[in-house]
Amino acid sequence: MSGTTALENPVYGLMAEFDSPQELLDAAHKTHSAGYKDIDAFSPFPVEGLADAIGFHKNAVALVVLICGIIGGLSGFLLQVYVAVITYPVNVGGRPNFSWPSFIIVTFELTILFGGISAAVGMLALNGLPMPYHPVFNVPAFSKASDNKFFLLVSSADPKFDAARTREFLKGLAPRAISEVPS
Amino acid sequence: MATQTPIPVEVPKEDQRVPVIEPGHSFATIGEKVSNIVLRRPVSLGWVFGFLVMFSGMNMLLFALGYLFMKGTGIWGITIPIGWGFAIINFVWWIGIGHAGTLISAILALLRQSWRNSINRFAEAMTLFAVACAGVFPLVHTGRPWLAYWMFPYPNSMNYWPQFRSPLIWDVFAVSTYGTISLVFWFVGLIPDLATLRDRAENPIIQKVFGLLAMGWRGSARHWHRYETAYLLLAGLATPLVLSVHTVVSFDFAVSIVPGWHTTIFPPYFVAGAIYSGFAMVVCLAIPIRAVYGMEDFITARHLENSAKVMLATGLIVGYGYFIEAFMGWYSGNTFDSFLLWNRLHGPYAPWYMSLLISNIFIPQLFWLKYFRTSTFWLWILSLVILVGMWLERFIIIVVSLHRDFLNSSWGMYYPTKWDWMTYIGTIGMFLTFMWLFVRVLPMVSIAELRTLLPEAHVHEAEEVHK
Amino acid sequence: MDENSKLKGGPDVCPGKRGQLDLATVKAEIEETSGPEYWRSLEELAGSDEFREMMHREFPKGASEWLESFSRRGFLKTMGASLALAGLTGCTKLPDTVIVPYVKQPENLIPGKPMYYATAYTLGGYASPIIVESNMFRPTKVEGNPDHPASLGGTDVYAQASLLDLYDPDRAQTVTYMGDVRSWTAFTEAVRGPISVQKGIAGAGVRILTQSVSSPTLAGQIRDYLKANPQAKWHVYEPINRDNVNEGAKMAFGEVVETRYDLSKADVIVSLDADFLYAGFPGNTRYIRDFASRRNPDAEMNRLYVVESTPSSTGMKADHRLPVRAANIENLAHVLAAGCGVASSATPSLSDQETYYVMAASKDLQDHGGSSVVIVGDHQPPALHALAHQINAKLGNIGKTVFYTEPVDANPANRNQSLHELVEDIRGGKVDLLLILGGNPVYDAPAELEFASALKSNAVALKVYLGTHNNETAVLCQWHVPEAHYLEAWSDARAYDGSASIVQPLIDPLYGGKSAHEIITILAGQPGLTGHDLVQQYWQKQHTGGDFETFWRKSLHDGWIAGTTYAPKNVSAKGISPQRSQPADANAIELNFRRDPSIYDGRFANNGWLQELPKPLTKLTWDNPVMIGPAMASRLKLSFKDVVEVELNGKKVKGPIWIQAGHPDNMVTLFLGYGRTRAGRAGTGTGHDAYPLRTSQAPWFASGAKLTPTGEIYNLASTQGYQTMETPDGSDRPLVMETDLEEYKKEPAFAKEGEVPKELTLYPAVDYSKEMYAWGMAIDLNACVGCNNCIVACQSENNIAVVGYEQTLKGRHMHWIRVDAYYQGDRNNPKGYFQPVPCMQCENAPCELVCPVGATVHSSEGLNDMVYNRCIGTRYCSNNCPYKVRRFNFLLFQDWETPQYKMMRNPDVTIRSRGVMEKCTYCVQRINEHKIDAETASVREGKDVRVGDELKTACQQSCPANAIVFGNLNDANSAVNKWKAQSRNYSLLAELNTRPRTTYLAEVRNPNPELKPESQHERSAG
Repeated sequence: MSGTTALENPVYGLMAEFDSPQELLDAAHKTHSAGYKDIDAFSPFPVEGLADAIGFHKNAVALVVLICGIIGGLSGFLLQVYVAVITYPVNVGGRPNFSWPSFIIVTFELTILFGGISAAVGMLALNGLPMPYHPVFNVPAFSKASDNKFFLLVSSADPKFDAARTREFLKGLAPRAISEVPS
Repeated sequence: MATQTPIPVEVPKEDQRVPVIEPGHSFATIGEKVSNIVLRRPVSLGWVFGFLVMFSGMNMLLFALGYLFMKGTGIWGITIPIGWGFAIINFVWWIGIGHAGTLISAILALLRQSWRNSINRFAEAMTLFAVACAGVFPLVHTGRPWLAYWMFPYPNSMNYWPQFRSPLIWDVFAVSTYGTISLVFWFVGLIPDLATLRDRAENPIIQKVFGLLAMGWRGSARHWHRYETAYLLLAGLATPLVLSVHTVVSFDFAVSIVPGWHTTIFPPYFVAGAIYSGFAMVVCLAIPIRAVYGMEDFITARHLENSAKVMLATGLIVGYGYFIEAFMGWYSGNTFDSFLLWNRLHGPYAPWYMSLLISNIFIPQLFWLKYFRTSTFWLWILSLVILVGMWLERFIIIVVSLHRDFLNSSWGMYYPTKWDWMTYIGTIGMFLTFMWLFVRVLPMVSIAELRTLLPEAHVHEAEEVHK
Repeated sequence: MDENSKLKGGPDVCPGKRGQLDLATVKAEIEETSGPEYWRSLEELAGSDEFREMMHREFPKGASEWLESFSRRGFLKTMGASLALAGLTGCTKLPDTVIVPYVKQPENLIPGKPMYYATAYTLGGYASPIIVESNMFRPTKVEGNPDHPASLGGTDVYAQASLLDLYDPDRAQTVTYMGDVRSWTAFTEAVRGPISVQKGIAGAGVRILTQSVSSPTLAGQIRDYLKANPQAKWHVYEPINRDNVNEGAKMAFGEVVETRYDLSKADVIVSLDADFLYAGFPGNTRYIRDFASRRNPDAEMNRLYVVESTPSSTGMKADHRLPVRAANIENLAHVLAAGCGVASSATPSLSDQETYYVMAASKDLQDHGGSSVVIVGDHQPPALHALAHQINAKLGNIGKTVFYTEPVDANPANRNQSLHELVEDIRGGKVDLLLILGGNPVYDAPAELEFASALKSNAVALKVYLGTHNNETAVLCQWHVPEAHYLEAWSDARAYDGSASIVQPLIDPLYGGKSAHEIITILAGQPGLTGHDLVQQYWQKQHTGGDFETFWRKSLHDGWIAGTTYAPKNVSAKGISPQRSQPADANAIELNFRRDPSIYDGRFANNGWLQELPKPLTKLTWDNPVMIGPAMASRLKLSFKDVVEVELNGKKVKGPIWIQAGHPDNMVTLFLGYGRTRAGRAGTGTGHDAYPLRTSQAPWFASGAKLTPTGEIYNLASTQGYQTMETPDGSDRPLVMETDLEEYKKEPAFAKEGEVPKELTLYPAVDYSKEMYAWGMAIDLNACVGCNNCIVACQSENNIAVVGYEQTLKGRHMHWIRVDAYYQGDRNNPKGYFQPVPCMQCENAPCELVCPVGATVHSSEGLNDMVYNRCIGTRYCSNNCPYKVRRFNFLLFQDWETPQYKMMRNPDVTIRSRGVMEKCTYCVQRINEHKIDAETASVREGKDVRVGDELKTACQQSCPANAIVFGNLNDANSAVNKWKAQSRNYSLLAELNTRPRTTYLAEVRNPNPELKPESQHERSAG
């Protein structure tokens, strides 16, 4: 599939390949400060500061978890109160119907449960996963992105993107190789 | 493609101890070494044989349970007054073992203990399987297991709900939450490695399978950013959870009025005991696995020694628990509590109590000596002893407290039957069966996290960008 | 059997000639009939040649197999299971004859509303007047008859459990000849010939062997026959007999008299080895009531001295108990007599402890002349009984606390002698026709008679056995006629005071059983006369004036015939001074035989309720131990579980040791009734048989036994885990609160120390005072004599399962109420306590809190309800119950198949299934029944009608001691409130603040100030 040309098949972007996280990080900084906004970097393990380098600073996962956690806790406690006080109050061992201390455990557990699940699901959802197909996988070398190679992608959607000039710019970053990402 | 030339690694300055990862490794070699166990290594006869042994153990469990469902809990040794026997003992034992995994992956993660990275993966797997084994018992120990689902929170046809004041209901929530969160935590940790396997796999089917599991993970910086937040939050949530689970389990006893159960020391010393037995199990598994699969580079003497230290510390806490129990028995002056103490020391189960003290308190003191912390042989033996000791602890707490309580007329004795033993050994078989499969089908250590341990993974911000 | 060949030729009748049979016609015939008739036709078919022939034709293979006698029964069972028992459940109809309900008329029966009939249960000739509850014509529960002086509402365990015998699936179900099924008509045909032959020779060859008979009708029938056939003889035998009592009476008065006591007037009671507070002692139900009525420390308390050999529940209640070997009691009696001023032939020397004790007792007796009584046990020699008569006379007790009447026994012949004569006649070939009406002599006859071999021999041409089971005796007789249960047939009987009760049946015989009356009619050649006719005719003769019909109905309704109570009779004790038998060797081991507290002489061996009934002191079930004392055990280095061999005059029996606190030294006790070989599925093979050691020379105790350990181990299934109130660490637990009268007067509230102030709680207490009812119970430990009635009554009322030996051994017995027996102090002569423990119905119930599914919760009336259908069986509630009153169905304990049991069960109580927890609910079914009645009454009468003290729980109702009271705590005048107001009232384990609704009245003893228990201890310790 490397034989495809831009004409019949507009490119998704240009991808530069590096050998070490350090190179990638520097390259990312340079690219971003060069005005490219729609860029992405790929590494086999989390690289410190890489996200900031490509201009991605905040993510919403924490907020999702907070909200879901609160919902979980509330629903847990209210359910027990509803059961013990409202819908089916019954004398158990002479304890009052609203014996809240014994409701704390379940409340706590549900807080954790909802929070925990939302953390995982939220993370995947925000990452747009699962995603069965993505253009970057068309680059043969990209299989090393999960192993020992580091990639920088400039998307063709970027206003500043121009196939030739961008390629030049990337060359300036002294990558190991530059490949075109067909979409 | 150009072959990778290993970059020499110099041990980080701050840390002159035994490294957590042996020198001479690169991003590639790590991925290779770990993933090859899954993708390339041929299935050896030894593995098959071991698997068959473990699997037959698991089938023994199924057989024992089948007979149990046919006949009823009467096939066990339980009776009045000893209403709980092996089933609950094993339940508490397994849940306890589970704790180490979450502790390593969550608490040590929060404490930024880098040495955790190479053992957390299979420690977490161990947690899952242990919880699975534990989960068997609360269901099957009931008189009418086919109705055990009545413990789940839903109204029956008469709009009648479970009774939320009962510690058993707390158990249902605690254990199921614990199982779920552990699974989520474990899977989230797996995603990047699944991507690695996807990319390294040659067999198209295996590639498809891992591709499916990896869900299209690309290792994008954005992914990593959210991923790390999620992982951190999970660790933050799992930490109070793991502490709460055995606390709740201890409530099964502490909330009751049975002498020997009704005590406030239980939550802390149950948790300590859980971690104690958990690390013992980790070491028990780690030592043979690293030997067989040549993982010495990633699971180093450092890991084992640290585990030994953790066991020593938690073991002392447990010992303190025993001491306080005995002390209160004498100090309270309550005739029932003081008799409990007497009965443990002189009653029909005194030998069990003695062997508990020996295996749980005295023998582990050897860990004060570096030799026992570092000799894999002794470490392995001692952790086995601790596992037995922790099982005995639950036996003492449950059986010996119940068999002689308030009314002399209602005292009794507990004799486990062959079905009790088959069920117990069966769960061990099930546990090991799962481990056996796990080490062959999934990366047993976290590739991505190992890579971050390599010095070349450490980046420093370039100057010019800060302006 | 060699006589098979000889007798096979004998009459083998096929009723009515039939043509060739085929299955279709058989089926047709069977369908025509139903219920009992169905059975009979089945038998007739089975007996007929056509049928055999047909079976051969239809099932060539199976036929020979089922025609063999044993699998024949199997065939009948299987065929029965499919057809007959289907008919059986349908056959629960009232007898055709008119019987009179106790409260409600049987016509206009309301389904679901039980009816109650008065009748009587007979044991050893003595009738216990009872009222039987009948649900849809099925007897389901036995209660005492409150109107009858011998019961006053109480019963005994045997009467309670006799219900289970009615439905025993192992009962003989057909007439058999040499084990082959025959019809009743076949039997009558078969015996007609021999009987007429006997008529010719004045019945010279006829022998009738019965158990003790107090039925005037039956006695009359037999006497009439004997009049007509003067050569015939009537023999009476029963292993648990009163020969000694009767001989003693003869010795003292020259004639047999019944001795009756009035314990309500007795301030001092001295028992010489008499266990008069336990079932089996004539009049025990009434004696318990009277005794208990005098145990209230706030009124005038009586004082009980018990000198006994084998420890008994009576001994446990004693204010002063003295363990003495059975043979030595006579010595004490002589000294006692001398102390009471009776000129005694000899004054033997006693140990100073014994002297000390006897002196104090005799002084106490003399201080209470006219208000004291000396009672002697049935197993003590006649001389001792004679002596007791003299002492009572000397003390002026006759006519005040002691009464002599006509003997209740219609034929008070010496049992052993009577059987001796019979065996001699048999061996002498004098017997041609032997009728054994009930009993089981082959099993329980004195060893030296070798009754079995006598019966086996061909000396007797025709042997007929009437019995409920195909037992040891039945197999040795050619004809076995199934005996009708007392709830199936008409009869009458006398209670211990002579008052006669009509035994009216509540149900047609389930298996066409016959009564002794009917057998005698065959013998006397008056066939067709039913039991009903006979009984009615007899009483018609006795009846004078007034219209008989009303008299008859009234007698049936009341359960006894007015004016039949024996009037006290003036007998003067002859001045003889009974010689004392030569003292036994002090070092020789004395062997004692006692009836088993649960299965009596063995007749209840197949009764699961009684087999599993914990014996009052040992709490053993399903077995009889070799009982020895602690001193002897330590001397012989014997411990529990050791199996020993007991030898007496060359005869041996093996059994496991039980070390009984308070058992005299150098003495062994064996219990009769076990080791049955043909009892049924429950009784066969349990325990060991002690009869082979028992001779008519030494029926109760013999000297010179040998004890040799076998090295074997056997586990006895005792339902009580630990028997002393001191725990092994030496601390004493406040379970049974006890003090003596002086201390009590000083500090009446001594029992309340543990109580927690009500407001001492984190949560506000639930307020029950607004409710209409708040149920509560109080149990008087002073009154309770450990008679076990409550256990059986509860088992019957609440359909409680029997679990068997293995499960009981594991500790899985199911009794909802248990009676804990505790010992305290010197093990050789401890204090004893009984404590009945039902569910405490705690207001702060620990069990409820821990149930995950809310299967046990509190009702608005304070009941700790158990919702079986919701229970999933975590057993957490039981773990958390400090009283351990919850019972769990570890396996499928209930019998869901046997149709007989389906008929027996209380329709108001659920049959629990496997995996479910169960426990006492204060008989909630009775509570609700009464509440419904009260509500309907309020509507009818337009005013607020509430349930009062007429509501009784099963245990309370059956309690002969009135030790249990139950009622509404919100009703200021309820009896339970009055009890709980007493200073003795305390709650068990009060410190746990469970606030039990069931509380106890502490025990107060009344020791003789001159005999301080402690001084007694250190004496007996030696």
